[in-house]
Amino acid sequence: MNVVVCLKQTPSTTAVFKVNDGVVSWDDPGGKPQVLNPWDEYSVEEAIRVTEKHGGKEAIALTMGDEGAVESLRTALAMGCSQAVLISDPAFAGSDTLGTARVLAAAIQQQPEVQLVIFGKQAIDGDTGQVPVQVARKLGWTPLTFVTEISAISDGAITVTRLLENGKQTVTTPLPVVISVVKEINEPRYPSFMGIRKANKATIPTLTAADLAVNGGTGAAASKVDWSNISTLPVREGNVFMIEGATVEEQARLLADKLFEEKVI
Amino acid sequence: MSGVWVWLEHQDSLMAAISKETISAARQVANNLGQPLTALLFGQDVAGVAAAAFDLGVDAVIGADDPVLATFRVSAAAPLVVDLIKERQPAVFLAGHTSTGRDLTAWLAADLDAGLVSDAIQLAVDGDRVVVTRPVYAGKLLGNIRITEGLQLITLRSRAFPAAEATGQTGTAEWLTVSLDEADVPEKLIAFAGRDGGVNLSDAKIIVSGGRGVGGPEGFAPVQALADVLGGAMGASRAAVDAGWVPYDHQVGQTGKTVSPDLYIACGISGAIQHQAGMRTAKTIVAINKDADAPIFKLAHYGVVGDLFKILPALTEEFRQRLGK
Ligand SMILES: Cc1cc2nc3c(=O)[nH]c(=O)nc-3n(C[C@H](O)[C@H](O)[C@H](O)COP(=O)(O)OP(=O)(O)OC[C@H]3O[C@@H](n4cnc5c(N)ncnc54)[C@H](O)[C@@H]3O)c2cc1C
Ligand SMILES: Nc1ncnc2c1ncn2[C@@H]1O[C@H](COP(=O)(O)O)[C@@H](O)[C@H]1O
Repeated sequence: MNVVVCLKQTPSTTAVFKVNDGVVSWDDPGGKPQVLNPWDEYSVEEAIRVTEKHGGKEAIALTMGDEGAVESLRTALAMGCSQAVLISDPAFAGSDTLGTARVLAAAIQQQPEVQLVIFGKQAIDGDTGQVPVQVARKLGWTPLTFVTEISAISDGAITVTRLLENGKQTVTTPLPVVISVVKEINEPRYPSFMGIRKANKATIPTLTAADLAVNGGTGAAASKVDWSNISTLPVREGNVFMIEGATVEEQARLLADKLFEEKVI
Repeated sequence: MSGVWVWLEHQDSLMAAISKETISAARQVANNLGQPLTALLFGQDVAGVAAAAFDLGVDAVIGADDPVLATFRVSAAAPLVVDLIKERQPAVFLAGHTSTGRDLTAWLAADLDAGLVSDAIQLAVDGDRVVVTRPVYAGKLLGNIRITEGLQLITLRSRAFPAAEATGQTGTAEWLTVSLDEADVPEKLIAFAGRDGGVNLSDAKIIVSGGRGVGGPEGFAPVQALADVLGGAMGASRAAVDAGWVPYDHQVGQTGKTVSPDLYIACGISGAIQHQAGMRTAKTIVAINKDADAPIFKLAHYGVVGDLFKILPALTEEFRQRLGK
């Protein structure tokens, strides 16, 4: 069995943005800081662990993005993924999550012997978390989201624990499945020196629209979600009110007064 | 296409808080569109939830009562919803931005080829389209997003909308005849471990959080004590979670939970941008930090500069007296 991990390159959290006419651009003096989507550090790590612990053979990293996205694939290779594939075509630009899911599903279908696809919970740019279940549907595989532990992969089934609002649910499901993972699942490793050298030398193939049998619409024309009206946050009114006092008891009294006035208690 | 539908969540035959909020948001949308509001209710022994939905003002309830639906499993519930939507063609479908709502709406979007916008904090109606306001890029910007054609699938952030209020209205639910076979559902439930007491962070009105400044696992005792006296939940920064002082399900922030309480009290938390991403939409923010230059004071409405180990006990005592606890 091989494992696919889908990952995305995103602006780093500290990126500074500017908005012009509803369109976001980056305003960083130091260029455009991009990172492997932080949630995907956990999915990459878990894919590698599946090859180490649960008898997976290849851990294949996939991303759909522009040429720059190859950097996050190199990160995945440096951590220990055995293969990486970039999916890139101008025709895919501007896809909504469903368009993205269609492309990823087509690319996953081309990889041999895949029984398990791992995603991060969400990507920190759009923060939508829609792609994993949509890919599962396009493949016709079972989705298992918010996974905190893969406890077993055997006899054609997988057993996982999921983090829900009211507790943790353990489920078992026949393979193939698509899972999304949360931070609790593992501690991502740092790429080793050898890993980085190997990743830098690796040739990463690119799949284009012509290489894939994508079923359904992709790209901006097929997108049903209009993201063209982004705005900055409303300016916060007023400054912080500092609670001063001669003793902590006095401060506590003052703060309590304020919070009762605000009717939040 | 016509009609606004809401997906109801419930536990132990009681409607979930998020669904009361979804009904109130959906009521507004339905009124603005001039269309009826219908609730979808799947589960086992949920007649009481149907009655509660009518009381909260929905015009109709479509229910499915079956042992296979007792615990939500997307593979069991979603295909039924897909069929219902195809048959009855609602215009808008609203659900909570919860594990259930997220799984269900993503499935619906894929199977119905429909647009989906997640994690709304505000809704407006423009013609026949719903305009969704939601934080994007780690909460640094707001998106005003719309679905350009067809069915509009939208999930709502917990506590971003007020809960619907009782109207005294009653009604008769339409119960579907479903014949589900447990053997057709791939996910088999093996175990469930409920959270160790306390309030669900996403639903909490009040959250008291501790960060690296609490110094260790025992440093969370005064944080928990204040949360308890206020009837709130305890949160934590990633630094405290990564140090192993509290479990991950307490983490607030970009790689933890996103919360919108009425009151958020940050104790010994510096206020890194990734922490802010998870709590910026709280209504009132209090920061307690010994460093007057900590970034959290830029976001906070009230600030106390000082040692949390002195201030928290004093504050807990103050509230204990005032609240008569
Ligand atoms: C990709 C990514 C994702 C991340 N996701 C998250 C996330 O989801 N949530 C999150 O919280 N962080 C997240 N972080 C980490 C974040 O950047 C900060 O490192 C973290 O929030 C710091 O936690 P802290 O404020 O508790 O610790 P610190 O920054 O160390 O702050 C501790 C504060 O405690 C104060 N203090 C110390 N002692 C006392 C005392 N006795 N009384 C009062 N005050 C005291 C200090 O003055 C200081 O301001 C993420 C980082 C990255 C890179
Ligand atoms: N273009 C893409 N290529 C590969 N993976 C993606 C892409 N877009 C989103 N994902 C992954 O899907 C998961 C959920 O992302 P999202 O639904 O965009 O929040 C994350 O693990 C992302 O890395």
